[in-house]
Amino acid sequence: MPDRSVLLRVEKLRKVYESATGNVEAIGDVSFTMNAGELVCIVGPSGCGKTTLLKCLAGLLRPTSGVVEMDGSPVTGPSPAMAVVFQEYGRSLYPWLTVRGNVELPLRHKKLSRAERDKLVTDALEAVGLGHAARSHPWQLSGGMQQRVAIARAVAYQPEVLIMDEPFAAVDAQTRADLEDLVRELHRSRGISVLFVTHDIDESVYLGQRVLVLSKSPTWVQEDLVVDLPPERDQITTRALPRFTELRTHVYDQIQRAKRGQAAAPQAAR
Amino acid sequence: MTAYTERLAAGPRARGIGSRIAASFLYTLGLPMLLLVVWGLVATRSTSRFFPGPLTIFDAFVQTWVGPAFVEDVLPSLYRLGLGITASIVVGIAAGTVIGLVQWLRELLEPLLEFFRAIPPPVLIPVVMLLLGITDTMKVVVIVSGAIWPILLNTIEGVRATDSVMKETADSFQITWWERLWFLVLPAASPRIMAGVRQGLSVALILMVISEMFASSAGLGYRIAYFQRNYLIAEMWSGILLLGLVGVFLAVVFGLVERRVLRWYHGIREVNRA
Repeated sequence: MPDRSVLLRVEKLRKVYESATGNVEAIGDVSFTMNAGELVCIVGPSGCGKTTLLKCLAGLLRPTSGVVEMDGSPVTGPSPAMAVVFQEYGRSLYPWLTVRGNVELPLRHKKLSRAERDKLVTDALEAVGLGHAARSHPWQLSGGMQQRVAIARAVAYQPEVLIMDEPFAAVDAQTRADLEDLVRELHRSRGISVLFVTHDIDESVYLGQRVLVLSKSPTWVQEDLVVDLPPERDQITTRALPRFTELRTHVYDQIQRAKRGQAAAPQAAR
Repeated sequence: MTAYTERLAAGPRARGIGSRIAASFLYTLGLPMLLLVVWGLVATRSTSRFFPGPLTIFDAFVQTWVGPAFVEDVLPSLYRLGLGITASIVVGIAAGTVIGLVQWLRELLEPLLEFFRAIPPPVLIPVVMLLLGITDTMKVVVIVSGAIWPILLNTIEGVRATDSVMKETADSFQITWWERLWFLVLPAASPRIMAGVRQGLSVALILMVISEMFASSAGLGYRIAYFQRNYLIAEMWSGILLLGLVGVFLAVVFGLVERRVLRWYHGIREVNRA
């Protein structure tokens, strides 16, 4: 990482859902920073408010209090510097558009010439290995391929950070491994920063340069762990490394503690 | 043995196309033909003058509708029908989209819309006649007053039910308002909209006839009523036949448009069924 400048800064983020039956505090006090070019994974026990946190970061939800800053300016709504890949690819891609149409749609309002736009779309589709399927419709493709389309759409949008919300939770294990390698490859070759939310501990350790472990709801960052695995990773050798096993065991323990609510909350928050 | 299996394999395919065309032809026209024959047989034995045979009606059809009557009666009717359908579709989709997108407007209007929808449109004819006189506009207004409801209400429902993840996707990529309308809201609502249009078409045809029977000096409905009052029974039946043909024509055009517009929708259903 040549660039160590702070890209995303989250400070004392809190989100309370208000409803007639009572308020639910989904996110208690989340603070972290992310540098440009980093690949950060966020894991936590199920129901810990991962998706809520991510929507707050992407400007899709307004936090109750706290600050999200992107490149030093506060995020108050969706920003062109961020692109989101949703878990439900089937509902995030538009079935009436072709694969190409889907990737192209977010670029229409960017001030690009026709040629530039075409080039971005073609390039993004090739980067995810779907150059041949541009004219198909999403529903003609397998689940893994559909999620590739969603990734291509995000990549073509040229964001500074790619926000991925459990993107591979709904695909089978083999496809999942391919897609993980695709994300690492995109991160390495294009220098995109990636914020990857997952509930899969192995996935977080395999993918991330850092892993943020969340507590159970109301959420705070229980641990900010640097993954000191070699940058060149491989599904077979990396996952066989003793250090990989240590890290995943460590994260697993943290999650278990989070589930039981044993970890001490930061004093400042209480 | 090989030759035998080859013949088996080639046999059905060779016969396939020809027999399939013949079969579909039989299925489409077989029953109508059979009914015509039965009708002809019954008519020749019947002494009732109210049920002339198909040949008499066919004769009357040519005599009545081929020639000046086509220009004087059929074309004006079709013109009013076309205008009424177009207006219903345009206004219904436009208003339905606005109402579907704006929640307070929807909550405000929904009871009222249900009320208006429940009023049988023919009872409006005297009222509209008072207001607009016996004009083309009056007839188009009557057609619209009935045909618009299924389109409007289906559009509202379709627009309202736009998938939340699809909307979030549009939000996160900051899709502009027009792009959102054109690439998300309307396509997402299109299956519902098309269902509404399909219902609207048949309502429009009914109202075209009724409005002309009430107050008109030309048009299909007027002619049929005229024939009926003057005991021109075969001519009356030929008018009804023509109305049926107009209905079939509308259905065929609608089918072609629907197949084009909802190709993705039928595609998904096919994939899910497989």
